[in-house]
Amino acid sequence: MSWINARRRRPVAGYAALLLGLVVVALVYGSLTSRGGVSQAAVGAQQDIKAGKDLFQATCSSCHGLEAQGTSQGPSLIGAGAAAVYFQMSTGRMPAKEVGAENERGPVTFTRRQIEDIAGYIDSLGGGPAIPAPEEVDPRKGDPGVGYELFSANCSQCHGFAGAGGALTYGKDAPALTAATPTQIYTAMLTGPEAMPVFADGALPPQAKRDIIAYITQTRVEPNPGGFSLGRTGPVTEGLVIFLGGMGFLVLISMWITVKRRDPKPTGPTGTEQKQP
Amino acid sequence: MSDMEETEGAEGAGVPAAPHRVIGTPPPSPRLLGSAPVAQEGSETALALVSDEEEFQEHIDGLPPDDPQVTVHGKRAERVVVACFLLTFIAGCGFVAAYVGLGVHTVDKTLRSNLALGLSMSVMFLALGLGALIWVRHLMPNVEVTQQRHDLRSDEKQRQATEAYFKEGTANSQFVKRPLVRRTLMLGTLPLLAAPVVLLRDLGPQPGTSLRHTVWSPGRRLLVQGTNQPITPAQFSAPGSMITIVPDGYEDDQDALTKAAVILIKFRPGELHIPTRHQGSTLVGTMNWTVDNIVAYSKICTHVGCPVALYEQTTHHILCPCHQSTFEATTGATVIFGPAARPLPQLPLTTDAQGYLVSKSDFTEPVGPSFWERG
Amino acid sequence: MSRPAVNSDTDFDVSKPLKGTAGWLDDRFGGARGVRTYLLRKVYPDHWSFLLGEIALYSFIILLLTGTFLSFFFVPSTTEVVYHGSYLKLDGIRMSEAYQSTLRISFDVRGGLLIRQIHHWAADLFVAALMIHMLRVFFTGAFRKPREVNWLIGIVLFSLALIEGLFGYSLPDDQLSGAGLRIFEGVLQGIPIVGTYLAYFLFGGPFPGHDIVPRMYIIHVLLVPGILLALIGAHIFIMFWQKHTQMPAKGNTERNVTGQPSYPYFVAKTSAWFMFIFGALALLATFAQINPIWLYGPYTPVAISSASQPDFYMGILEGSLRAMPAWEWNFLGHTVTFSVLIPFALPLGIVLGGAAFWPFFERWATGDKAYHHINDRPRNAPVRTGIGVAAITFYGVLWAEGANDVIADKLQIPLYTVTWIARVLTILGPIIAYVITKRVCLGLQRKDRNELLHGYESGIIRQLPDGEFIEVHQPVNEERLAVLEAKKVPALLPAPGSEDDNGVPAPSARGMLGKARAVANRAFAETIPVETDGHGNGHHGNGHEVTGEEHEAVGAPGSTALPPGESGEE
Repeated sequence: MSWINARRRRPVAGYAALLLGLVVVALVYGSLTSRGGVSQAAVGAQQDIKAGKDLFQATCSSCHGLEAQGTSQGPSLIGAGAAAVYFQMSTGRMPAKEVGAENERGPVTFTRRQIEDIAGYIDSLGGGPAIPAPEEVDPRKGDPGVGYELFSANCSQCHGFAGAGGALTYGKDAPALTAATPTQIYTAMLTGPEAMPVFADGALPPQAKRDIIAYITQTRVEPNPGGFSLGRTGPVTEGLVIFLGGMGFLVLISMWITVKRRDPKPTGPTGTEQKQP
Repeated sequence: MSDMEETEGAEGAGVPAAPHRVIGTPPPSPRLLGSAPVAQEGSETALALVSDEEEFQEHIDGLPPDDPQVTVHGKRAERVVVACFLLTFIAGCGFVAAYVGLGVHTVDKTLRSNLALGLSMSVMFLALGLGALIWVRHLMPNVEVTQQRHDLRSDEKQRQATEAYFKEGTANSQFVKRPLVRRTLMLGTLPLLAAPVVLLRDLGPQPGTSLRHTVWSPGRRLLVQGTNQPITPAQFSAPGSMITIVPDGYEDDQDALTKAAVILIKFRPGELHIPTRHQGSTLVGTMNWTVDNIVAYSKICTHVGCPVALYEQTTHHILCPCHQSTFEATTGATVIFGPAARPLPQLPLTTDAQGYLVSKSDFTEPVGPSFWERG
Repeated sequence: MSRPAVNSDTDFDVSKPLKGTAGWLDDRFGGARGVRTYLLRKVYPDHWSFLLGEIALYSFIILLLTGTFLSFFFVPSTTEVVYHGSYLKLDGIRMSEAYQSTLRISFDVRGGLLIRQIHHWAADLFVAALMIHMLRVFFTGAFRKPREVNWLIGIVLFSLALIEGLFGYSLPDDQLSGAGLRIFEGVLQGIPIVGTYLAYFLFGGPFPGHDIVPRMYIIHVLLVPGILLALIGAHIFIMFWQKHTQMPAKGNTERNVTGQPSYPYFVAKTSAWFMFIFGALALLATFAQINPIWLYGPYTPVAISSASQPDFYMGILEGSLRAMPAWEWNFLGHTVTFSVLIPFALPLGIVLGGAAFWPFFERWATGDKAYHHINDRPRNAPVRTGIGVAAITFYGVLWAEGANDVIADKLQIPLYTVTWIARVLTILGPIIAYVITKRVCLGLQRKDRNELLHGYESGIIRQLPDGEFIEVHQPVNEERLAVLEAKKVPALLPAPGSEDDNGVPAPSARGMLGKARAVANRAFAETIPVETDGHGNGHHGNGHEVTGEEHEAVGAPGSTALPPGESGEE
């Protein structure tokens, strides 16, 4: 009999099997739903508009119309701009899985080249905000202090003070900002995807946007000197920790302190022993 | 305990050791000849003579102390306790070393310092507590004492005596007999009651009409918060735009901003339908106060004053994150959900000679939370 | 009787130093007897739930110690400065001196962040322990005569602790606590007639002003701690004087208290407990970040974050503000805003006011004027336990609603739906909780009664001669018997309309109040009676035929099963 078989009836065997199953499922799920993103390399100089048009008509036109004029299933993209296409597609929100649902960050099925081609095509139809150059989104060129002031007045009410996300109405939510690249942050501000308002360059100039990007990127990698961050959502998790963690631990200790001592009983004829139920 | 008994106790120091039993108490059962060592010479005499026995009855569980089980168990427990206290010492030294050796002044260094200091402090306290607990549970004898409760209530005679004395004292003071004395005393001390109220008058100014006004005035430029730049309608032309606005000249004035912060929103043509609204005879909302489908609302929630900052472009809802008051931006920020009872006040907008957005006047109704004198 | 004492052969002789120092003191103050009977030999009953109040006490001491440290560095001023300190992300940003000094404590003082975090965790633990301690006292009926005054002192202590915490976490003037202060000011402003004056006097003018931080500081470090110290002293002294209650057990009567003497046993245990509490707080301060004000940023009235909640003990107020639908009256140039006033005053007012009033209400409803030094098991007081659980439900629903946006985000429930659920559950929840809890208590009482009458299930299966399997029941032992029998029979007041022998109507049942009292009395008197003959046999006198066989049925070898109809169900 093999080593494993010999131990199949041990109590621990059940737990081991369960653990193995969970690990296998997790690995399979993780490999199937990779959350890839588009790299931060420079935007290609020449977008291939013809290739973009082909890709568009193959994948996007079913909801957005053959000329991107919009249908009942998807809005018109004329004037939406390359930046909007870049944001939606590089975060995996587009192509949308469901019509009308709030689109969330997901796996990306196109290469960076393809996304830029489609973006170039949409741009050729009606103009609109362009994809920023890398130096425009470089966090090192931004002032995170100014970024803090801008972020706290315009962004934190939806995204949270540290970019941990937050709830909106009717089941929507503002996502956490942990995975967004600087270009994605920039293009999101520029184009106002879904419920997010538009922060055009007229109101928030490129330098201001760079400051905000500097704040976000610096904050999300900043270590937590006080210990585990507890989610960076504020006192709600702190309250949970004090009751479940703090009080729970202390109640157990208090039970230990006061439990009746079981001293060894005399074995001779002295004293009667009374069994406890 | 009478004085007589205590005198006996003092004399009793030279008396030979008393028998185990004190006369009048029940004989101990064999089980109760507990695990502890024999009482010290003379001490039992001393304790017995002050008759604590009436109030305290002790018994000890377990084996006598010279039983091998107890000795072995005690030695084992002692080793554990000693180890705990040694761990406490090491952790304490670690704390001092970490304090001396680890500096702060950056986030990373603070993390390391906090971890080292905190860990050593935790181990110190927990080991100390653990050692003390094992000491009391495994080294000390298992003693249980029953103490008698005395009546909390005083006995009737004492109550009457106190009452009688108090009555007598009151009568002697003639407090009741001389009403003029009594009443003028109370009259004399009456102003003292008003003193705290009077003394606190200068804690703050009277509100007056200050809650009705903000710093917005005719021709004051709207500045974008953070950049402090003025803004033209052309710069704010993308539909669905939203930005936070502060008044020119008060960009950093927190007292002013508490009421003067404004949220600016741009709509597509045809989306805005602000009805002309009056409160009493005062105009408080109208399409005439918008410029180029740009509308300005007070950013201060009419519930309890949080900045109502959350704007959803798709639903045109302005949501306050504090208590979820929701305002419909296309119809004059009317309330559609939540505890706020009034719409957000609208700031009248126009443009100045250079084309920048400016306020036509102050808000025409009080901004922020409701108050009694609001009207 | 023998007692444990010094073994002069092996132990260190403490007589000399004792006679020296203690003698010196006794010459001047006396009190050798008092020290012995009131301090050294004083008896402390041993039940884990009696240690909960000590968590609060020791947390308070830790708060005093850590707070003193913090007060050496904190600057209670709203004077604006431009930051150029160690936290580089905020370099060049304007902030108040209070905020700057808190950043300095966190990043420039060794151990500063640790002490700050211990202080804040201890504050949370203080209030949490107060809540759990209050609940323990309530559910065991330890607030009854003679302890009503201590109960009231406790309620005042709890209220003060809330204010202390609110002002404490508002001192650093960060974005999150500043928003809370703004809400506080908005609520004050809405109070009719005097609201605007109150707000302006407290804040020294319009919000935020420059006076609120220094004023909160003095209230937080001097005024409230002073009152707390005095009241805690009174609370402990009263407990000391009246002696602690004890749980029902063998040998425990209303005339005694059983436990371990103070010296050295309780002193050792309580010192260990203090160390554990301090250690737990230190662990939390090491591994769980709390109140990271550098992430919140300095306060500005222009900004707000999602998930803005106060510390948990303010949750009920926050939740009430969120759950309340819009309601405002405008008349004759005045506005009364119920949207704000009702959440501010009603829920916490009901809970704390109800708690304060409860001992007197229970006394009125049950007519029970006796002293109570033995605690109730919660199941033996179904109405009290039911109302307690209903209060917890009411409090808990509103507390959870205070986190409604976090719940909506994390559990993917639409935001308004969470609020609607809270609105409904605030009313329905307590009613359902009361009904369920009362029935559970009565069910547990039935279980106890069965255990008394028929013994406990011993786990031994026996096969009878006719093939039937039964489980053998053993009679409960003496300790268990004492616990089960420690149930008082609630007194029934005379019913309305009843008259005594001379035709005089019962005074307690007269009028509307009398009828209400009778209704309450009936509810409180509902119980599962247990009639025993003192030997664990309850068969006499409850209408069932008792035979010799049935007595043998309890645990005797070769016994028969219980006869049909003796299931004990009522």
